[in-house]
Amino acid sequence: MASDLRRIGLWAAFGAAALALGGCYPAVLNPQGPVGAGEKLILLDSLAIMLAIVVPVIVATLGFAWWFRASNTKARYLPDWAFSGRIELVVWSIPVLVIMFLGGLTWVSSHDLDPAQPVSGQGKPLEVEVVSLDWKWLFIYPDQGIASVNELVAPAGAPIHLTLTSGSVMNAFFVPQLGSMIYTMNGMVTQLYLRADRPGAYYGLSTMYSGDGFADMRFETRAVTPAAFAAWAQGAKAAGPVLDAAAYSALSRPGTAPPITYRAVDPALFANIVSLKQAPGPGPANAPHIPAAAPKAPS
Amino acid sequence: MKLLGDLDWSAIPLDQPIPMIASGVVALGILAVLGWIVASGRLPYLWREWITSVDHKRIGVMYCLLALVMLLRGFSDAIMMRSQQAVAFHSMGYLPPEHYDQVFSAHGTIMIFFVAMPFLIGLMNFVLPLQLGVRDVAFPTLNSVSFWLTATGALLVNISLVIGEFARTGWLPYPPLSELRYSPGVGVDYYLWSLQIAGVGTLLTGINFVTTILKLRAPGMGYLRMPMFCWTSLASSLLIVAAFPILTATLAMLILDRYLGFHFFTNEAGGNMMMFVNLIWAWGHPEVYILILPAFGIFSEVVSTFSAKPLFGYRSMVMATMAICLLSFMVWLHHFFTMGAGADVNAFFGIMSTIIAVPTGVKVFNWLFTIYGGRVRFTSPMLWAIGFMITFVIGGMTGVLLAIPPADFVLHNSLFLVAHFHNVIIGGVLFGAFAGYAYWFPKAFGFKLHEGLGQAAFWCWFVGFYLAFMPLYVLGLMGMTRRLQHYDVPQWRPWTWVAMAGACVILVGIVCQIAQLWVSIRRRESLRDVTGDPWDGRSLEWSTASPPPAFNFAVLPDVHGEDAYWNMKQRALKEAAAEPAYAAIEVPRNTPTGFVCAFFATVMGFALIWHIWWLAIAGILGAWATFVVFAWRDRTESEIPAEAVARIDRANRAARLSATVGGAS
Repeated sequence: MASDLRRIGLWAAFGAAALALGGCYPAVLNPQGPVGAGEKLILLDSLAIMLAIVVPVIVATLGFAWWFRASNTKARYLPDWAFSGRIELVVWSIPVLVIMFLGGLTWVSSHDLDPAQPVSGQGKPLEVEVVSLDWKWLFIYPDQGIASVNELVAPAGAPIHLTLTSGSVMNAFFVPQLGSMIYTMNGMVTQLYLRADRPGAYYGLSTMYSGDGFADMRFETRAVTPAAFAAWAQGAKAAGPVLDAAAYSALSRPGTAPPITYRAVDPALFANIVSLKQAPGPGPANAPHIPAAAPKAPS
Repeated sequence: MKLLGDLDWSAIPLDQPIPMIASGVVALGILAVLGWIVASGRLPYLWREWITSVDHKRIGVMYCLLALVMLLRGFSDAIMMRSQQAVAFHSMGYLPPEHYDQVFSAHGTIMIFFVAMPFLIGLMNFVLPLQLGVRDVAFPTLNSVSFWLTATGALLVNISLVIGEFARTGWLPYPPLSELRYSPGVGVDYYLWSLQIAGVGTLLTGINFVTTILKLRAPGMGYLRMPMFCWTSLASSLLIVAAFPILTATLAMLILDRYLGFHFFTNEAGGNMMMFVNLIWAWGHPEVYILILPAFGIFSEVVSTFSAKPLFGYRSMVMATMAICLLSFMVWLHHFFTMGAGADVNAFFGIMSTIIAVPTGVKVFNWLFTIYGGRVRFTSPMLWAIGFMITFVIGGMTGVLLAIPPADFVLHNSLFLVAHFHNVIIGGVLFGAFAGYAYWFPKAFGFKLHEGLGQAAFWCWFVGFYLAFMPLYVLGLMGMTRRLQHYDVPQWRPWTWVAMAGACVILVGIVCQIAQLWVSIRRRESLRDVTGDPWDGRSLEWSTASPPPAFNFAVLPDVHGEDAYWNMKQRALKEAAAEPAYAAIEVPRNTPTGFVCAFFATVMGFALIWHIWWLAIAGILGAWATFVVFAWRDRTESEIPAEAVARIDRANRAARLSATVGGAS
């Protein structure tokens, strides 16, 4: 009875989940680019392979335990039955075969979907340098000579080549609907290729806890038509402050920031952050119990 | 130089009601218990029989008690997190970030180091010498030191609630966030020193158990006659000996960074945080097998006993256990596939991780075939075991999913991951500990736990677990990451409510367990077991009285095969045999070494956290002096005369015989 309840509950959960996961919010099962789609496929394939064993095992557990209950006089009692070479062979073989299969899948898919593996797309890749700061995201577009905070804008259909680092502590860059997250680390560079197939706004967040303002490290990824992207870049170039070493220092102090754009960027800034010529973020003021900048409540 | 280092009144968070009220209630509780002990004149008994005890059974019970108390603390953190996330949609909820971040860091630290570890070490302590048919562990005094050092760590974590703060870095303090620059407070220092001190205790325990199993076994108890629990304990202890020094060294490097300006893991001066991440998981992954292997052992004992059959495929199980023991050191990188190590490295560690599923899968099949052809009694330990088998295969499956790098790229650090490791730690480790608790409780105290409340507790935990953690799987697939103090995605919200409801059902389960303990103690006469063998057990612990005498066995058992006690019962040797010749037995003398040493360790840890250097030196000297005094002791053992041994054993034999005859007629 309890098992029935559990199973009904599980199916209800799956059903509700299936409905919920179809929506257009940051669901990894609703990918909007080739990387996310590939990862979703791997996820579902391996899940299906394993369910083929897991479900029978659960059913057998319940079935055996119920049939061999002490009160069942019809069940055969085998008080000394403790070994069977044939069964041993089978119980070692089943997991070995499954894991061999999954191992092959792991090897191939790890190479196909490696974050540093370029993805195809229309036009040449959009280069973006990403810096995680306490507690905001900085996106530098070296080819356009502009930068934005907490908003990543890219042309739909074109590959996006992200080169990432951190201005202070570790973070992870993640846009669930586009796929692959990757760590950002100070003094080091990680690489990630993504592509958004359709124009749209995709939720992005940090997935590596980075301190008191972590929950506010959200950003929006806007995939727009190539024309709209060019227009956005033009607009950004026309207004806003310049991101030089001093402006970067101010930005790297702990706290959240509204989305803004910079009309010009020191071209060496990213390299200087990576080589630590640009000093790492200062961290909180030296007060044990008070966070340096309380994150702003979302409106 | 300030006399009290960095410590002043600002360290006490008088402006924060939640920790103040919580710690006030806890302090009142402790004072009430202490007051009752002193007033009722039980303090000398407590000191003589428990605090200074070096008896492995008493130490085991104290470990389990520590774990149960800390479970309450860890669970209150859990329910705070769940309720915060249930309300923190477009709102800051009721826990500000600086508090919420301490809560999840403390929850993980406490649940792993001060609940799961002491619970399993406690059960191992109690059961191992009994199953091996010997009188104690190899180093009884060291055992006491281990326990009290673990208690010191737990105490320091709890002190941080009132004086200062706990780490706001997560349960593994990744640098550079945990470096002085980004975490200038004492929180990380509390974390570091409590784990360093408790870690020494754990390492000593590992050495003690490995020595016990390798060197002290009853005559005839060859390796391949040891009960499964002894095998898994051996594997787990070997892992402790191999892995805990890595933890100690890693934390020591972080301590050097924070205290003496070193640069192991800093951003500047050539430090590298990736080194910390590698090292901590080189310990951290074996750690999860340190926890789960003894639980596997418990389930092996329970499934076999309550199916009234020997464990199916015993040698296969031994092989699987040792395979897991070895493989556990080759998979650590799967905790950070998203670091960008490259496809070859990721694929290698992904495949190694999935390979662990093979011996684990074999174990599940072998339990299944142990049940097959059995006569299954659905007592509460067996319910935990069946609940485990169902839950654990789901957790194992999601674990293999996470071990496939491309799947991990979208699920890492999400609530899917959180759901996965709670699935294996609650469904595996905790269910195992609870099964062991219900299974061996009558051995430890001579009466059974109330069965009805035990089953109620199981169902609440089982249903509550699914309600609390299945939504987290869904949330992970919906892109929700872990450790969010607030969020603004409306679709996440209903699932956080379901998870909250699940946590409340688990709370009812915990209330049932407290009630069970209370009711069982009140009704102990009606729950009394005089036979020493309430479950029709198969291994040697059931061949002695409940609770076992200080010397465990009047005469060391002679072992002729697997399932030693079951064979004795079958051949009716035990009851038919003539009374053995009793001899005097030497047992180790109780000593306050462990307690005194832990007192000084607490002083030292607290002083180091607050930079009170003179006190830290005093603490170190005190602990050292304690050992010197112990080393110069004159008498290490006391003797129980043959007549006393005979008297105790005759009573046991008589009770057992009359019960057996009564049961047979």
